[in-house]
Amino acid sequence: MALPTMEISSSKIPTRIGIILLPLLLAAPALAEAPAQPAAAEATSPSNDECLGCHSNELDRSKGRKIPPIGEAFAESVHGQINLACVDCHVDLQGKDLPHDDKLAKPVCSACHEDAVKAYDQSVHANSRRKSGDSLAAWCSDCHGVHDIRGAKDPKSKTYHFNLQATCSHCHADEAVIAKANIKAGNVPAHFQDSIHGRALNKSGLLVAPNCATCHGNHEIRRASDDKSRISRYNIPKTCGSCHEGILAIYETSVHAAALREGNPRAAVCIDCHTAHDTKVVDAAWKMDLVKECGTCHKESMRTFRDTFHGKVSTLGFSRAATCADCHGSHGILPPKDPKSMVSDGRRAQTCGKCHPGASEKFSRYDPHADGHSRERNPVLYYITMAMKLLLVSVFAFFGLHTAMWLGRSLVLVRKLRAEGKIDDDK
Amino acid sequence: MTTSNPGNPGTSDESPPAAVTVGHAPGTARMDFVLRFHRYDRLLHGFLMASFLTLALTGMPLLFPEAPWATTLANLLGGYRVTGVLHRIAAITLMLVFLTHLVRLGHRLFVRKDYGMLWGPYSLVPQPIDLVQILQHFRWFVGLGPRPRFDRYSYWEKFDYWSVFWGMAIIGTSGLMLWFPAFFARFVPGWIFNIALVIHGEEALMAMVFIFTVHFFNGHLRPDKFPMDLVIFTGRVSVEELKHERPAEYERMVTENTLEKVLTQPPSPGLTNFGRLVGTVAVCIGLTVATLAIYALLR
Repeated sequence: MALPTMEISSSKIPTRIGIILLPLLLAAPALAEAPAQPAAAEATSPSNDECLGCHSNELDRSKGRKIPPIGEAFAESVHGQINLACVDCHVDLQGKDLPHDDKLAKPVCSACHEDAVKAYDQSVHANSRRKSGDSLAAWCSDCHGVHDIRGAKDPKSKTYHFNLQATCSHCHADEAVIAKANIKAGNVPAHFQDSIHGRALNKSGLLVAPNCATCHGNHEIRRASDDKSRISRYNIPKTCGSCHEGILAIYETSVHAAALREGNPRAAVCIDCHTAHDTKVVDAAWKMDLVKECGTCHKESMRTFRDTFHGKVSTLGFSRAATCADCHGSHGILPPKDPKSMVSDGRRAQTCGKCHPGASEKFSRYDPHADGHSRERNPVLYYITMAMKLLLVSVFAFFGLHTAMWLGRSLVLVRKLRAEGKIDDDK
Repeated sequence: MTTSNPGNPGTSDESPPAAVTVGHAPGTARMDFVLRFHRYDRLLHGFLMASFLTLALTGMPLLFPEAPWATTLANLLGGYRVTGVLHRIAAITLMLVFLTHLVRLGHRLFVRKDYGMLWGPYSLVPQPIDLVQILQHFRWFVGLGPRPRFDRYSYWEKFDYWSVFWGMAIIGTSGLMLWFPAFFARFVPGWIFNIALVIHGEEALMAMVFIFTVHFFNGHLRPDKFPMDLVIFTGRVSVEELKHERPAEYERMVTENTLEKVLTQPPSPGLTNFGRLVGTVAVCIGLTVATLAIYALLR
């Protein structure tokens, strides 16, 4: 197919080629005067000029000729800039005559980019491709491009800091790909887009804002379940801490970090409270939602919290009353036994005093997690709750009966009197 | 006590003055009503109603925060801060009502030396006759005896009255503690507030549901009174109704020649309509709150 196309184009527009090639040569002198081809290319291999003879941008493709335009993109690419020969990547064309077959072999990037490909080979993408021939997982060119590959610092690069999300989204925001590849996290870019990180990146244009690769890595992207992954539970504090260094230092002192160091996979890490892709600004509404997050592990404490004043107010959606972090702290939470804990015997009054001016040690003996249903935990409260319920039941048992019987009697009397004509319906 | 003919007082020899004034003689003003509640008592009851309904409405969301209606109600009332302020304004109003009532009681007892308010037929103090009448009433419910001959205050009215005293002590004290915890913590340890919170809520729940079901039924919704008894708004009850409802009081007044002093004209249409409006609004709010509470309790 390629052969007749070539013939047609060269026979029908012979002058055109000269016109096309001239400005191209002038515009890209580097290309034109590229005599020092790498040694790999045989003397008989097609030169870049020969390739671009067909793969030029100016070639008239209006009549259905399908030869892809490569010229300008390659000239501006990082590979074009260092004068790579086409056959350096298309090694299967070395020593071949043009025109070539439709299908070319996949270039092997590892010849030059050994470390990157080694890292990639460890990744979830490479694994997927090894497992299945028709895997949709990303390959070098899916992220970097083909002839138009640019350096990551180049604002036009697919891997530039502000462009990477779009590059990853090409697959990870495509519902068809997500379904076919069974990506359990779902459409992650949609979440990330609205997160504080996504906004800082895309709306505020901050280079310090993270993109996908900041947390997941680039070539060596591993699953969260892989202990070597940057996003494994054990590594998450370090990953987030690469930017949030001050918070990491505090977190390392906390009871959660200690449990994590002991290998407890349930110990809270950054994403348990902040989420991975829905990270929100820490405001009142977020703090209210956080109670539920604490409650996923601390079920009993959440139940008893909900039973007392602070919990009732927050259940209504009002943020004026204390929630978990107001008393227990956040990143540096310590067990109550620790004298440095905000809820230790020594410091509790001070903690209450943040909201209740004048709170004394006596004041701080209020139990924000009192449980009126537990005789062991709050005996006095338990018996008082019981007594109140008993009083309530007795009063309503008596007056319920009283009212029901009275109503019954009155209705009987009314019916009787009406039947006897002693009352008319006005009374 | 008295066994006089409960029929037309005009036929009774014991009450000739009443015979002259009761009834509607042509050309004279109708004087066939009795003044049961003085203007100030009605006014106090009005403030009591307003503050109680406000306290109930504004307290409900915190009592049942997980009920599906709770957040909506709290936001309808103006959110956390406004609801809290309304609750406290109503609490102060109710406490002032209570204090005013105490002052009036004190004046009646110590200045006017009306010792009858402490014991006897028109006293609100529970007495043996109340126990007897409870039993008589139940007997009448099942058709085994005549209706008890009530005097000025029946046993359920005394219960309502003393419930407010009990409620003021329990709910008022616990409420003040929860309002000023730092101050009260000078005298009591913090865990007392846990108890205060439970008591405040449970007692308030009982008060609300009691008032909005039992009190409403006894006072307004039972077939004799339906849809409402306006006496607490107009202060006036017809002599006919008094004779039927409280024969002992009627006969006592006839015997003691005190009926004439309280005879009055019927309430003006304006007063009656005002009473109907206020009563309807209060009953509607009350029944709504009771429904919400019972719904949340049964959920």
